[in-house]
Parts: sequence; C-alpha cells; structure tokens
Amino acid sequence: MSEKKTNRRDFLFTATYAVGAVGVGATVWPMIDQMNPDASVKALASTEVDVSSLTPGKTITVLWRGKPVFIRRRTEDEIADARSVKLDDLKDPEKDEDRAKNPEWLVMLGVCTHLGCVPLNDKGDYNGWFCPCHGSHYDTSGRIRKGPAPTNMEVPKYEFVNANTIKIG
Amino acid sequence: MSDHEYTPTSKAGKWFNDRLPLLTLANHLTDYPTPKNLNYWWTFGGILTFCLITQIVTGLTLAMHYIAHADMAFESVEHIMRDVNYGWLIRYIHANGASMFFLAVYIHIFRSLFYGSYKAPREIIWIIGIIIYLLMMAAAFMGYVLPWGQMSFWGATVITNLFSAIPLVGEGIVTWLWGGYSVDNPTLTRFFTLHYLIPFLILGLVVLHIWALHVPGNNNPVGIDVKKPSKDTVPFHPYIVIKDTFALLMFMIVFAFFVFYTPNILGHADNYIEADPLVTPAHIVPEWYLLPFYAILRSVPDKLLGVIAMLSAILILAALPWLDTSKIRSAVFRPLYKQFYWILVADVLILGYVGAMPAEGLYLLVARVATAYYFLHFLVILPVLGLKEKTLPIPLSITEPILGGTANLATARNKESSIK
Repeated sequence: MSEKKTNRRDFLFTATYAVGAVGVGATVWPMIDQMNPDASVKALASTEVDVSSLTPGKTITVLWRGKPVFIRRRTEDEIADARSVKLDDLKDPEKDEDRAKNPEWLVMLGVCTHLGCVPLNDKGDYNGWFCPCHGSHYDTSGRIRKGPAPTNMEVPKYEFVNANTIKIG
Repeated sequence: MSDHEYTPTSKAGKWFNDRLPLLTLANHLTDYPTPKNLNYWWTFGGILTFCLITQIVTGLTLAMHYIAHADMAFESVEHIMRDVNYGWLIRYIHANGASMFFLAVYIHIFRSLFYGSYKAPREIIWIIGIIIYLLMMAAAFMGYVLPWGQMSFWGATVITNLFSAIPLVGEGIVTWLWGGYSVDNPTLTRFFTLHYLIPFLILGLVVLHIWALHVPGNNNPVGIDVKKPSKDTVPFHPYIVIKDTFALLMFMIVFAFFVFYTPNILGHADNYIEADPLVTPAHIVPEWYLLPFYAILRSVPDKLLGVIAMLSAILILAALPWLDTSKIRSAVFRPLYKQFYWILVADVLILGYVGAMPAEGLYLLVARVATAYYFLHFLVILPVLGLKEKTLPIPLSITEPILGGTANLATARNKESSIK
C-alpha cells in the first residue's frame, strides 16, 4: 500500500465539509427551535388563587401553564398519615415536611408522573390520589406508593401572598 | 425492472416513450409475471393502496372545512358533521377508513408471516413495509388528536409523555413536542401539519415497496422461487387485476357496513366531549389497532422499561428476516411453525383484548404472560425452530402438485417432466 500524502486539495475538502456542516446546522436549528414553547406561552408564568372558601378535606383544581394544580386543605388525620410514613417505604423518598411547608396546605401539579393523566381525589389504596389511566396510587402527600409512576407528584414553586391567596409560579 | 424491450406501436407513442419511458413502465406493470397460485390473502396489497388513496382524498376534503385551533377544532368537526354537504359521509369514511386501513395491513402482515414473504430476497420490501406501518401509526395517532375531544386530548398527553421516559433529555423532548408545558394549541397545529404530511410520505414509500417487490417478484403460497415468465406465472393484467378487484369489492362491502350502519362503533363516546385539561376520562384506551402494543406498555411495571418493551415489540419485526433461520418460506411445509404461527395470532388477539381492559388483577397477569410469549416467539422459538424443525419436501414448481395430482412426489415429478 502506498502512503497517501495529504495535499492542499485534501485540506480544501475538509474545510469545505466543515463549513458546510456548520451552515446546515445553523439553518436547521431555527426549524427545530421554533417548536419549543414560544414567548407568549412562557409569559403565562404565574397564577394567583383565592383559597378562602376551602374547608379542611377539600381540594380545588386550578389551571397553571395549561396544567392542573391541586390545592388541598388537609385534615389532621391526613397530615398525621403523611408524616408517619417511613422513608424506606417510599419509591421516591421525600419527607412530607419538605412537600408541604405549611402542613395544612398541599399544593402540587395534578399530573401523574407516569404518562401525564390527572389523578382522582380521595381514591386509591393510600387515601390520596389514584390515576385511572394506568393505576398509580398516591398517598395524602401526593407521593407515589404503588403503580408504574416513577416519582411523586411535583410540587411547583408557590407562596402565600396573604392568608387567603396562593401565588403559583 | 422489466428485462424485455418494449416498443410502442403508434408513432406518437414511440416518440413520447423515447423521451420519457412511461409506456415501458405501464407495459412492465401489465405484463408483470405473477405466480399463478396466489390466493386471496395476496389481494390486500391492492386493498391497502385503495385505503391510502381513500384516506388522502377524504382527508384533503375534510381539511377544506376543519380548523386546526384548540378553540375551534371541536366545533369545526361538528360543523362538518352537521352543516357541510355530505360532511358526515366524508368524515365517517375517513374515520372508519383508518380502521379499515389497519385491518387490511394486519392481514397483509400476517400473510407475510405465514408464507415467509419477509425472507431473502425480500428483506427490503419487508423493512419498507414496517416503516410504512410505523408511519401509519403516527398518522393515525395524530389524526385522532385533531377533533380535540377528550380522548384526543388525553391520548395525545399519554402518548407524548412516553418520551418523558427517556433519561435526562426526556422532559425537554416532551416540552419541545408540545410547544408548551402541556398539550395545547401549538401541539394541535403541528399535529395537523404532520398528519397532512405523513400520507404523502407513505405514498412515496409505497412506490418503493412495489418497486422492491417487482425486482424478485411475488412470493406465493408454496413459497418457492419461480422462473419468470414461465408456466408457473400469469401476466398481472388481466388475471391479478380481476382477482384484486373482486377482493376489493368484497372489502368495500365491509367498509360500507361500518360507514353506514355502525359508524361510531370503533370510536369512543368520550371523544364527543370537548377536550378538558382538568379532567381525565375514567378509562383511557387507544384505538383498537394499537391495543396489543398498549397492553405490552402497561404490562411492564417500570415506566422506561414499559416504553422500551412497547417499541421493541414493533421494531423486532424489522429483524424478522434474520430471526427466522428456516430456509423454507411457506408455513405449508413447516408443520411446527404453522402451529406456533397460530399461537402467535392468538397471543396478539389476547394482547389486544387485555389492552382494552383495566390494567389490574387477572387482566394484568394475562397481559404479562402474553407479552412474555410475544417476545419468546420472535427471540427464541423462531431462531431455534428454523434449525430443529423437520420440514416437508417442497415441490419443484407451482405446477407440480397441481398436474401431479398425487400424494406421491416421485410419481408427480415423473408426470410433470413427461408433460414438459
């Protein structure tokens, strides 16, 4: 086999391919990125909710960024239930104290972490939520206990603006 | 393609054909030598072409009235059903046409499985077919989203969320697919665009599928190579054209039955409720033609593994020409394979049934067993069977068993050679 010497033409070929690849990449990227959330979608960042009408044991569902958010005013029993669970028993270990800063109020995305259905209130083997799509059971802290969902229902960023108003986002 | 030269008889025809040999192509298609023993299972290629054209024509007309916007889509479909002249008919043909398309494609696929049509030298035809099948599923799924009913919305949510199972980048991909933080208007408009595009991609692939078919020619129920043209073949026109047309007419009777007598039986009542992002229907099921794969998805208790199992169940088909180690194509001469073939058919039907049932208790158990068997069939039974099975002697030609008219192969062969 004869050794092939690198010459000026090889350099020109390589340089052409490189410039061509960058050009194609720069052209294709806007076509791909246009599918990401646009400015108007991103602008709908936060929602304020009046929770004064909620009595213990009741849940309201509000829409935030097109997704349902559960706001539940928990009963004493439910709080005790949620706080007494050993972390070893959880698929996605997380303390109830970390999920509900104010134990009476549980705020989380009402979206099953399996494939995105909306779980049903006061259902399932752990008296929390039950997803009708593929049978995931969540406890009174919204943590996954049984079924295919991999993680607990997500707690979004939220704060109490005053005693009766929660701002999500 | 055709190995014979063709010269048009008319002067104008010759002039045109010298510049663009379309007449040569037409001549190839009419004269195309076809095995003379093709049975009615071979008519589904033509039926599928009819289904594709039907979907494209009805789809184009529906698109003249449909509005792809989250606030208006549901109403525009009702507008088509109630106000547009014959809108109900066109929409029912399109909706049931999707089901008929899948019915035909499943028969077509299982025909190939029975007669070993995927084996050498027809692997490329088979793989193109699998790609068409995947595109059909994508098109059907996105089409189902367009009416923006409850099943549309939640079906879209569940299926797009399958991608969230991918580690690290999964959530980003889902957001990108949605164009937002949930299924919403941006999702609807892009699904409409892709639903419009995919049928034309399929059309292109169908041309390649037929082109690849015309290189080796059709497989046949006996599964042996035939000399072309020979006394084992007949020209495509008029023999196959007439047979395909008759089968198509029978198929259209079934099609028309659904369209005119039970147009909604294959759909879900929930899809006549407008999409509501706050309420998931109590029982989400995909359309019937996706149920076996849905059952496989649900039978695995882990999210990522479930998605992998479901995708593998489809993609494993592409590897079939290499998983089936038997040199004999047709199940007619494979007594054991024939039995396993029917077990597989039953297995897929069972998967379809449990896919429609709630994922709990006995249903879940059955789904798991059936899923395990599905993979066992392709990954273990087929490779081993090809090496171990004692197959029956295959005839030398298609004509042999017919003209021989005797179970004794030696006598039949003598007779055939004396006729020659």
